[in-house]
Amino acid sequence: MASVTLENLQKTYPNGFKAIHGVDVDIQDGEFLVLVGPSGCGKSTLLRMIAGLETVTEGKLSIGGKMVNDLEPSQRDIAMVFQNYALYPHMTVYNNMAYGLKIMGLSKQEIDERVKNAAKILELTEEQLTRKPRQLSGGQRQRVAMGRAIVRKPSVFLFDEPLSNLDAKLRVQMRIEIKRLQESLGITSVYVTHDQVEAMTLGHRLMVLNGGNVEQLGTPIELYERPASLFVAGFIGSPAMNMISTKMSSDGKSIEIASDISLALENGGAADYAGKKVILGVRPEHLELSQTDNSLPFTVTLVEHLGADTLIHGHFGEDMTDLTVRVSGTHTVKAGDQLPVTITRDHIHLFDPATEKRISL
Amino acid sequence: MIENRPLLRIMSHLIMVAGVVLVAFPLWITFVAASHSEQRMTELPLPLLPGGHFFENLDIALNQGLWGGDGTGVGFMLFNSLIMALMISIGKIVISLLSAFAIVYFRFPFRMGFFWMIFVTLMLPVEVRILPTFEVVANLGMLNNYWGLSIPLIASATATFMFRQVFLTIPDELLEAARIDGAGPLRFFKDILLPMSQTNIAALFVIMFIFGWNQYLWPLLVTTDQDMFTIVMQIGKLLEGGEEAPQWHITMMTTLLAVIPPVIVVIFMQRLFVQGLTETEK
Amino acid sequence: MLKRVHFEPSVLPYLLVAPQIIVTVLFFLWPASQALYQSLLVEDAFGLSSEFVWFQNFEELFEDPHYWGSFQRTFVFSFLVAFLSMSLALILAVMADRVIKGSGIYRTLLIWPYAVAPAAAGALWFFIFDPTVGFIPYALQFIGYEWNHKLNGNEAMALVIFTASWKQIAYNFLFFLAGLQSIPKSLIEAAAIDGAGPTRRFWTIVFPLLSPTTFFLLVINVVYAFFDTFGIIDAVTGGGPANATNILVFKVYNDGFVGLDLGGSAAQSVILMAIVIALTVVQFRFVEKKVAY
Repeated sequence: MASVTLENLQKTYPNGFKAIHGVDVDIQDGEFLVLVGPSGCGKSTLLRMIAGLETVTEGKLSIGGKMVNDLEPSQRDIAMVFQNYALYPHMTVYNNMAYGLKIMGLSKQEIDERVKNAAKILELTEEQLTRKPRQLSGGQRQRVAMGRAIVRKPSVFLFDEPLSNLDAKLRVQMRIEIKRLQESLGITSVYVTHDQVEAMTLGHRLMVLNGGNVEQLGTPIELYERPASLFVAGFIGSPAMNMISTKMSSDGKSIEIASDISLALENGGAADYAGKKVILGVRPEHLELSQTDNSLPFTVTLVEHLGADTLIHGHFGEDMTDLTVRVSGTHTVKAGDQLPVTITRDHIHLFDPATEKRISL
Repeated sequence: MIENRPLLRIMSHLIMVAGVVLVAFPLWITFVAASHSEQRMTELPLPLLPGGHFFENLDIALNQGLWGGDGTGVGFMLFNSLIMALMISIGKIVISLLSAFAIVYFRFPFRMGFFWMIFVTLMLPVEVRILPTFEVVANLGMLNNYWGLSIPLIASATATFMFRQVFLTIPDELLEAARIDGAGPLRFFKDILLPMSQTNIAALFVIMFIFGWNQYLWPLLVTTDQDMFTIVMQIGKLLEGGEEAPQWHITMMTTLLAVIPPVIVVIFMQRLFVQGLTETEK
Repeated sequence: MLKRVHFEPSVLPYLLVAPQIIVTVLFFLWPASQALYQSLLVEDAFGLSSEFVWFQNFEELFEDPHYWGSFQRTFVFSFLVAFLSMSLALILAVMADRVIKGSGIYRTLLIWPYAVAPAAAGALWFFIFDPTVGFIPYALQFIGYEWNHKLNGNEAMALVIFTASWKQIAYNFLFFLAGLQSIPKSLIEAAAIDGAGPTRRFWTIVFPLLSPTTFFLLVINVVYAFFDTFGIIDAVTGGGPANATNILVFKVYNDGFVGLDLGGSAAQSVILMAIVIALTVVQFRFVEKKVAY
């Protein structure tokens, strides 16, 4: 068990490309941290730096309070689960798990004990232990890859998109297993994914990366309720948050959504932005189909029935701003209908169009 | 095929059989000649069916040679050929595996320089550097021994390229997993790369064994001592003949002995042979 | 070329490439450079002194009618070997692709000559064509033809061409068969639906699609005929009669190792080197295309 500390961690490739611009984070002992972001954002690079598979250009990386910048991967007391499992194809499942232990120089008995124990935790049968990886299904291979990580009894688990090769149903199942496993073993984990659902459900904290920069670090609820930037707001949540270009009133106490429709802000608004353009963000689930003083005239263009929810797509105003509304249950509305839509003020987000950062109220 | 024309099918089979006969006829005739007495092999027309002297001739060829023991039995030459073929094929595989491993898995100064040096050997068959190569071997004291027969032939661009290709298809994650498991370069080579290249190694061995066994010009250059002759170069010597009447039954028996080992390898390891042939041409 | 992930730099890679590089330098690069150097020297009859003569050896070679004769013979020989063994192999491969039953057995029975040493192949055919006891001369005398390749240069050439082609059929057959089997069956079926018969389909669909294989084999066969037939020539004809089968690779050996003409042989080596380099370049250019095809 150990904490992992990253201090101003940077990565520049020999060709001059800067993949990581300086990351600071203190991962607590036993914490599950998810690195999330679009492809090319640097999340895998960061994970591989922690693993020791990529060198650290600048900054300090410590595991369990010990600086490990220059240590070999095998000396860092970590274990890693790869996207394509990276099982040795010519070895049996048993030997795949035992290989690292043999190199460590553990006794046969100790190795056997650890492998059998891991197999039990992962519900791999004795018979499966004697098979070669190619004779296993995707889910079973995934378990073996995790078994190989578990037997090392590492201080830190590293996961590199471990579920992306599985089909949707298996992915949900394995996600739950990973969560349960991490909680029962209590091992500090860093998990890379581009899937926001995986990120939200697994992580104690999420680190959203974009272009090698940390956009936001926080719990899933923090990210959902107070996204720090337009990027995070758009990335977390599905369907994505609605973004509406608006203008702050001249006293900075309300925003003008459309001509003659304005919305008063909480806490007296933001005086700094009086009269300036701001971006209003509101999640589809925070829009209501109701007639109020400041409801918007909304024209429906498409309705998606998801069963539990209904997504209503449409637009409003002269410049036909797109809007998606999510209502629970089924709904009889159809394309072409005109409906009033109300924005409730306790669930709105304001962003500065220039810096793309959140405007706090 | 698409048409179901019996005539076409029969014709195809006939042509195939004709081809097989054309290809096999010389070997059959050799076998027949090796199974008749010396007397019968001077009477025209020669037999088309085997006779009863096969094992007698085999014994003469192996232990006495032509002209009733005046010549040389070729038993020890078979042994020399085997040693040479094994040394060449194993040597090629070992040094090519090592250099392909270095070139694919390490970044080091002159890496590409070494790569091109190995590549250039493709363009320098023995035939274009006969005399100077002979001089080098002579100066190193490698004439008339197994080292001289094999070492100068074990550099191999084809084998190096093939292993390079094989290694490049092995996913990077396996190396990363091995590094996390604590395996150093040599351990990774031994535990992961070698077992994963098994069939490629076997396929290459088949091709290179045949290549080694069939060497002709090279043994001709570096051996003057009869004890070091190989079976294939002996064929040339037998055909040169001399004053005496040719002893076809022994000559063809010797040829048969030279031909059979590599042919058996090809027939019984056909799958590996075909794989090796196509892989080394990439 | 290089793995994205690789090991830390150390002395190890140098140790790993060392055996291959030592062999390459000692037995390939150094001798080749010596051949280049010696091709510019003339040695006296006893090998005691040598004189640097620039390109005199080459000039003499190009003025030597024997050398030109050998050059021409080599080209004729290579062309006929490539043509004969490739056409026979193609016919057999087309038939093997056509028959479903027994094609495995046919393949086994056709590929083994690859394993026969050139010199041994020479012995097989030498025996069949032996003027006194051979089957073919025996048969030919009934139609009034007297075969004796030991005296007749054309017959000697024909014999080495047969032998060299016979040995190479196996290789060509395997590659043609693989080429044929990689042509999508749907293409052939589409042509059949369009009304093309087997012969027409072969010339309009199959043969054009085989052209990469054909070209590849052409290069391989020419290289084979140029260099790998030494054993056949040496065992069967010894370059004779009267130089009729004295192809370049045999001549370079004969002039240098037997005739001990150091400078002349070295100059011939250099010319052969140029030919191999040209053929290798053609082959590698082509391999790149094959990947794209």
